Amino acid sequence: MDNDEERLTRQLDLARQLVGHLEVGNEDAASNVIRQLRIPYERELFDELGKLTRDLHEALNSFRGDSRLVELTRDEIPDAKERLHYVVSMTEQATHRTLNAIDEAMPIAESLHARSAELTESWVRFRHRELSVVEFREFARGLDVFFVASGEETERLRSLMSEIMMAQDFQDLTGQIIRRVIRLVHEVEENLVGLIRLSSARMEPSRVVQSANEAEDATVRGQGPIVPNTHDAVADVVSGQDDVDALLSSLGF
Amino acid sequence: MKILIVDDFSTMRRIIKNLLRELGFNNTMEADDGSTALPMLKNGNFDFLVTDWNMPNMEGIALLKAVRADPDLKSLPVLMVTAEAKRDQIVEAAQAGVNGYIVKPFTAETLKEKIDKIFERIDAQ
Repeated sequence: MDNDEERLTRQLDLARQLVGHLEVGNEDAASNVIRQLRIPYERELFDELGKLTRDLHEALNSFRGDSRLVELTRDEIPDAKERLHYVVSMTEQATHRTLNAIDEAMPIAESLHARSAELTESWVRFRHRELSVVEFREFARGLDVFFVASGEETERLRSLMSEIMMAQDFQDLTGQIIRRVIRLVHEVEENLVGLIRLSSARMEPSRVVQSANEAEDATVRGQGPIVPNTHDAVADVVSGQDDVDALLSSLGF
Repeated sequence: MKILIVDDFSTMRRIIKNLLRELGFNNTMEADDGSTALPMLKNGNFDFLVTDWNMPNMEGIALLKAVRADPDLKSLPVLMVTAEAKRDQIVEAAQAGVNGYIVKPFTAETLKEKIDKIFERIDAQ
């Protein structure tokens, strides 16, 4: 309050001086007084401007420091796209593998069914003593052929079913890849939220950068399947079971 | 022969369970990660462990290390069936005392071959 009063008295005083100077036509003295009158307002303006500049500087710095976001856009997003493409082609392959096996198995099953129905019919006629000697001979020959063929064909069916079962491994492999992409999307989201927070009035420092770094030192943690044309290609990976066996045997396995 | 199958994907557990049944192993149980598997192993009288690597909570490599560190379980044969294909990881698993390592995708023949090999070695000791 005292300060305000002091300021007011001083300004009134200056105003009176200004009027005095103007009345006698002393321009130099008048503009000097005007400058003095402006000082308190200018100081406030400069203070505010300084604060704004500092805020802007800090915001730019922390944005530049958050290189994770840049890394995400430049490397991780295209990498994730490649992973998702790979998932599409893996699921496509698995479906074809399954359908191919079914395409082969279905006619085998149908033919087995038809031949056993035929033989059943002859068998019923035989039981009713309706078969002639010639027909019986043919029936016996047919049975011989059927026994051998059905053994082979059911074995083939078994192996086709096993093929269908193994084709389902795509769910695990693509699932691991998709989970990895979900983690990335989540990270991008967190970074974007951080960016919004940064550009809003409240200058909270983003904690997002830390969580990104945590994930990085985990080389020995599970990564999921190797996806071609991604960062995985750079890593030192084995190309298949033979490679694994060679590596293990070099370790004395 | 009682076998524990550990994988976070139920589809993969079913595949491995089916393959083991084809090989004549009918007594199998399942767990979806290391932290559920470990208590089962401690009380379950298992003879063999088949485990994935990349799982939530407790990964397969941590499970392997925990098994080797447990006086009652340390000689349990462990077969790793995983998509993890980095050389460093395979070396780490070997150093942690894994008995076999299969990379996904794998075939029924590979599984049979590795299991046979593990038991041959155990019998030879």
